[in-house]
Amino acid sequence: MRALRWFLAAVILGVLAYFNFFVLRAPLLVKLINVSLFSALFVLYRVVRGPSPADRIIAVDILGILIISVLALYGLAHGQGFFMDIALIWALLSFVASLAFAKILEGRGLDD
Amino acid sequence: MIRQQIGMILIGIGILFNFLGVLGLIRLPDVYNRLQAATKCVTFGSAGLLFGVFVLQGFSSFGIKALLGIGFIFLTSPVAAHAIARAAHRSRIPLCPESTTDAYESDRELREEAPRDVA
Repeated sequence: MRALRWFLAAVILGVLAYFNFFVLRAPLLVKLINVSLFSALFVLYRVVRGPSPADRIIAVDILGILIISVLALYGLAHGQGFFMDIALIWALLSFVASLAFAKILEGRGLDD
Repeated sequence: MIRQQIGMILIGIGILFNFLGVLGLIRLPDVYNRLQAATKCVTFGSAGLLFGVFVLQGFSSFGIKALLGIGFIFLTSPVAAHAIARAAHRSRIPLCPESTTDAYESDRELREEAPRDVA
């Protein structure tokens, strides 16, 4: 069972890497954006199937930082500067949301 | 031209760090292990990626905003990770069975058993 899971993960990662880097005809920046989006997909697996609430909170925090990097790369690929504004605002809101989730998990209210 | 190569190498290193951190988030057995792997790797990976964007763009508004993003991530991500770890330990989420010591728990027991009327 354990060997089967390792084999399945190796097949999935190998297929993703092969089709991303050798089959897809796109600029290099688009391929790097695809790798970041695969990482976000794995983080969403941890959000859906976290055993405890702390796992889900950690995954949402990491997803916020990943979205910042994806937005920076997207603005670089399109040559537009306003994506970085969206990234900064997203970082601010993600930080406040993480602190609020941590306080709720600890069992205190939001006002003490 | 060499500026573009340096920027793309920095972006590649950052994305590699992000990917390894997310693999740690999936594979490790415990809340605290996942937290330390994912937070450190993804913070430094995103910082390297934003610095690569700054190298590619120079001192335009885009590059200055990327530097601002690096400073903001370095300030906020350890604070959020520390708050989440403290909340998880205080809400009695157990450690993985292979772990041998829990210094925070023993320290808190000692502090609660100590006499408080010394002052």
